Amino acid sequence: MRNLLSRFRSTNPLYWQGALLVLAILAPLPLGDYYRSVLWRTGLYAMLGLSLNIIVGYAGLFQLGHAAFYGVGAYTAGMLNIYFNIPLLLTLPLSVVVAALLGYLLTRPILHLRGDYLCIVTIAFGEVVRLVLVNNIFGITGGANGLSGIDRPVLFGLTLREPIYHYYIVVIFLIVTIFATQRLQESRLGRAWKYVREDEVAAEAMGIDTTRVKLLAFVLGSGWAGLAGALYAGKITVISPDQAKFMESVILFCIVVLGGTGSIPGAFVGTLGMVTLPELSRPLKAWRDGWLGLAMVTMMIARPEGLWPSRHFRREIRSEQEAPDPSLAVTGRSG
Amino acid sequence: MQFLQQMINGVTIGAFYVLVALGYTMVYGVLKLINFAHGDLFMWGAYIGLTTLTGLLGLVAQGSAWFAIPAIIVVMLVVALVGVLVERIAYRPLREAGRLAPVISALGVAFILQSLARNIYGASYKTYPKEVALGGGFTFGGARVSLMQVIVLLVSFLLMAVLYLFVQRTRIGTAMRAVSLNHDVSRLMGIDVDRIIAIVFLIGPGLGGVAGMIVALYYGSFDFTVGWVFGLKAFIAAILGGIGNIPGAMLGGMLLGIVETLGAGYLSPQWKDVIAYLILILILIFRPTGLLGERVAEKV
Repeated sequence: MRNLLSRFRSTNPLYWQGALLVLAILAPLPLGDYYRSVLWRTGLYAMLGLSLNIIVGYAGLFQLGHAAFYGVGAYTAGMLNIYFNIPLLLTLPLSVVVAALLGYLLTRPILHLRGDYLCIVTIAFGEVVRLVLVNNIFGITGGANGLSGIDRPVLFGLTLREPIYHYYIVVIFLIVTIFATQRLQESRLGRAWKYVREDEVAAEAMGIDTTRVKLLAFVLGSGWAGLAGALYAGKITVISPDQAKFMESVILFCIVVLGGTGSIPGAFVGTLGMVTLPELSRPLKAWRDGWLGLAMVTMMIARPEGLWPSRHFRREIRSEQEAPDPSLAVTGRSG
Repeated sequence: MQFLQQMINGVTIGAFYVLVALGYTMVYGVLKLINFAHGDLFMWGAYIGLTTLTGLLGLVAQGSAWFAIPAIIVVMLVVALVGVLVERIAYRPLREAGRLAPVISALGVAFILQSLARNIYGASYKTYPKEVALGGGFTFGGARVSLMQVIVLLVSFLLMAVLYLFVQRTRIGTAMRAVSLNHDVSRLMGIDVDRIIAIVFLIGPGLGGVAGMIVALYYGSFDFTVGWVFGLKAFIAAILGGIGNIPGAMLGGMLLGIVETLGAGYLSPQWKDVIAYLILILILIFRPTGLLGERVAEKV
């Protein structure tokens, strides 16, 4: 098995990446509309997971209100379309900008908080955003029922009605996301994030502008979640504040952490576990949350690095737990 | 005398928040863990109270409000036991695993508890039997005080006083305070840290469970989601007073209850929750240690 894995790793990544791409393109063809929608949802949540991965995985900031930006993206697209008749595809960049801007405004004052304190404030911000939508602020958000009657996206005169079109749109954006996040991770900014994640004080001492770097993680992640929200609005055509509810944020957070923090394949594995399987096991829906909870507890005890961890994180978590490096013992973190 | 009325209602709600916030703050004190499952233990208190009361009413022909007393004791014991179990199964193995893993585990426990409640009791709203409802009350300076409110306040203040004395005056309480400062040094002083943490998980969820039942009695109806919202509010109260600090939780809970009620009364009931969250955000931005907190929010 191990041998097979290492052989797999040593093959040119282009081969299996190409194979995966072909699989992604062919997968919906033999399926019915329901399963195509499930695939679409999987892709969308993988995208959301990857966007949150920038914040939680790369920069190590606990964001438990990410669904708010997903919701804001959907509302931006929906409201622009309903009130100003802007075609849905044109609202995509605007949704990104609005969600990113909101990400900037909300996280700018809380960047000095760390760990679980940051986590709590993000929960509070997420809930405030949801309540603002529920309370129908300025009478434009449609209250608890949300907005309906959003136009379908139109591409070259073709109205995209069938789930399969939406699936391919998500696949295209997913490829962009994977490429972009991978490049980001290896960029100067990505290395700065890693440094901030490992040791913020040392990073600051090395001349990294930690505030700016953390802010960029939030802005990029939030903006990308806004894009996913707009894609959602285009397929479902009905949006409601439920999209921004805390449960969604928890699901996104779990996609990242259970899949493997900082890992791109991990986000996919996490999505399969948190979104696709529960969707396919509708009869078990009543117990869905219970199973998810059980999986979360068991995972944290048995495999805290996630199902498909990035190699770096695995080493980090495992070495902390099992074999404490004697050289770290003196200077090791405490408290 | 609308103001006095609002204050009385606010103090009552504040007392609920205090009872739940104490559980958060004590657990945070000894484990530095946000026990996301605490709100759902509170919710289970309401359900176990319902089962006990219906059971008691089934045994005896004539119902009476006194039945609430044995029910509260049952609730306290059962929820405390569940709390200890949760700690043993889901938190203890993760004590050395950094800060992220226990938080996820706590969220997982919260999901499990919610799912169990929904599948056992159903998703619809539940009401307590009419026989145990307390009517009556009196007017005080133009404001109406129900008998229920008086009892709620008496019970809450009694529990708070007992807890305060317990933590300040007894050996176990002293050990608790020591553990919250430093596990290793406490162990060197001969304190059984695991046992102290287990005791914290007896007291915190025990109080939370009682609060769950009292809240259900006070409002009359509840469903399985009550734990989440109420838990988050109580958690805000704990932060407001300074998390890890027991008098802080009492102050924070009262303040939050009063501010929220006044806000709902004078501004708009719709924005009541938003006010609570804004308080949380502001306090974390400007004074993350809370009103009574002394320790630094997070050490480097």
